[in-house]
Amino acid sequence: MILTVEHVTRYGYDRPVRGLVQSHRMTPASHEGQRVIDWEVGVSDGLAGGSFRDGAGDRVTSWSVIGPVSQVEVTVRGRVETKDTGGILRGHRELVSPHCYLQATALTHPDDALLALAEEARALPEVLDAAHLLCERVAKAILWTPGVTQSQTTAAEAMSQAQGVCQDHAHAIIAAARAAGMPARYVSGYMLAEERQDAAHAWAEIHVPNLGWVGFDAANGCCPDDRYIRIASGLDAQDAAPIRGWARGDGQERLEVAVAVQTVEQ
Amino acid sequence: MTTYFNEMFQDGEVRIPYARLEGWTKRMPDALRHMKQAEAEALFRRIGITFAVYGEGGDPDRLIPFDMFPRVFTAAEWARLERGIKQRARALNAFLVDVYGRGEIVRAGRIPAHLVYRNAAFEKSVVGFVPPKGVYSHIVGIDLVRTGPDEFFVLEDNCRTPSGVSYMLENREIMMRMFPDLFRENRIEPVDSYPLLLRRTLASVAPAKCKGDPTIVILTPGHFNSAYYEHSFLADLMGVELVEGQDLFVEGEYVWMRTTEGPKRVDVIYRRIDDAYIDPLCFRPDSMLGVPGLMDVYRSGGVNICSCPGAGVADDKAVYTFVPEMIRFYLGEEPILNNVPTWQCAKEDDRKYVLENLKDLVVKEVHGSGGYGMLVGPKSTKDQIERFHARIKDDPGNYIAQPTLALSTTPTFVNEGIAPRHVDLRPYCLVGERVELVPGGLTRVALTEGSLVVNSSQGGGVKDTWVLAE
Repeated sequence: MILTVEHVTRYGYDRPVRGLVQSHRMTPASHEGQRVIDWEVGVSDGLAGGSFRDGAGDRVTSWSVIGPVSQVEVTVRGRVETKDTGGILRGHRELVSPHCYLQATALTHPDDALLALAEEARALPEVLDAAHLLCERVAKAILWTPGVTQSQTTAAEAMSQAQGVCQDHAHAIIAAARAAGMPARYVSGYMLAEERQDAAHAWAEIHVPNLGWVGFDAANGCCPDDRYIRIASGLDAQDAAPIRGWARGDGQERLEVAVAVQTVEQ
Repeated sequence: MTTYFNEMFQDGEVRIPYARLEGWTKRMPDALRHMKQAEAEALFRRIGITFAVYGEGGDPDRLIPFDMFPRVFTAAEWARLERGIKQRARALNAFLVDVYGRGEIVRAGRIPAHLVYRNAAFEKSVVGFVPPKGVYSHIVGIDLVRTGPDEFFVLEDNCRTPSGVSYMLENREIMMRMFPDLFRENRIEPVDSYPLLLRRTLASVAPAKCKGDPTIVILTPGHFNSAYYEHSFLADLMGVELVEGQDLFVEGEYVWMRTTEGPKRVDVIYRRIDDAYIDPLCFRPDSMLGVPGLMDVYRSGGVNICSCPGAGVADDKAVYTFVPEMIRFYLGEEPILNNVPTWQCAKEDDRKYVLENLKDLVVKEVHGSGGYGMLVGPKSTKDQIERFHARIKDDPGNYIAQPTLALSTTPTFVNEGIAPRHVDLRPYCLVGERVELVPGGLTRVALTEGSLVVNSSQGGGVKDTWVLAE
């Protein structure tokens, strides 16, 4: 399938800032499940800085904007040809050891409910079965409800609220998987949708012996297929954030996001 | 009763390196000694060197006691130490390049994966990046103790930003001012080339994008930091700018320094700030000390950071055990300097032994420093030992244990005259295009009688350290 992406992030400041610096992970890498046809990231009045592929295989690009400026727009446009690999990440060039993804973070610290889930998963002899079990349990435990949680909500909080969005599902899977001794990470990306969205998508990846990294999307109750574009990974949402920025100045920041992911009729 | 190796007297005879110092002490009556001691203290106060060594905390304005009795090595003794220190510094750097690359040493099963990859000091964000010249740790401080004429042990490695080198330089400066005759009578190798060598080392690891003479800066957390004196001292001696995070900014592919003549591109940053604080975009978002965007510039080859972020994984106390293995694995050599035998409390057999023998052992926290959170078995009360027993059982992974080493002593001026006191040594090995070591280091001395803890926060002082020319 060929997917097109248009993703606009607009930062507004009530008082102009003297300048800003951003670190982007917004460019997909090609692997068996996806081939990048064209992809472009632009920053209004931005100066592109260094760009490199990091150890996890993600393209990082640095941007700076020389102020004063009160509005900055980050635009992503691209086309990717995708293929269903049953959620298995194959042919992705990366060097980071799966062991690095066993470490809990503030957002993925497991509470008793998550530890109980981990126990249940650990009882299964096959890691792949355990991973599927976690995905199912988390989907049931956290009802997809936008607007209830925010970017700083932890996995444990989302579990006790029993409501959340894709970020919360991913965090909960990751927290339980790590507690069960399975390396797990957060993946940011896009998913085909009929309507415009106000956020990009996210899911979890669990490392399965002999298979490698396998994606699990509890929000949609499936493994990523050809409707998905994988962008970047990290220990949690903060670590995998598509944009990390720093503005010089004391202006209050407003954020608007619009995402459109569509198919091209072939 | 443990016997301790006295570096000056052996079997009633004065050992050769100290031969000319015996006469010196005899010619110095108490009154003159007190006068000189007061003079030394006044000099240290005037130059303002009052910081606590090795980030030990404590009162930043407290003067660390300076003992005028020098510690002396012969050329032959030093030659062996030098080979051992350089060997270790090379192996530690080879290890860092490897674990941030393919991790061959882990794949070969020579070090457990979790010790490396789950280490708090392992920096996932620099995996796959090879810094200029393949060097991660440019200043390696190796802490050594001596237990006999030819027996030295490495206590720990410091691959991040070891401090205290300003003491090495100032101790020498002050000794030369107060006792010029001593420096005529003894042929002592100079240490004052250190700032020049450091500058040359830093310049040799400028990124490939830098053409011509690189601009070097020292990045300090600021004047409230306990080692601020050392930061400004080294900047002065090297002739480079001392900057704080707010003096630097990222624009485009580079890092720039604000100057009165406009922005100036920076090529090499000798940072004296911990990894967690150097870039709020990459590490702690709440850090005000760092430079936003710095890590992206570093990883795309626009600037070098010394030591490189992530270097700390090589000097962790649990990884320490494997340094001899690194030397064999990467260099194909046998270690010249030995490790202190170490028991990992995380291992069941080791833990059992440690818990049964606490009264004879030294127990340390894996991430501890500065002599805090440590138990010296033979010098502890039953109560203290019992408390450690419980702490180890509670969190075994957090503790290692070592035998109580019979640290050598050197003569030291004390109230009653001259008496032996225990010492250690920290030399500073420079690693860039070349591996270099000035002949000397910082000798710390436990001023309290019988004490084996040389940390300045626990009653330690410093001495000038001599290496005699052939």
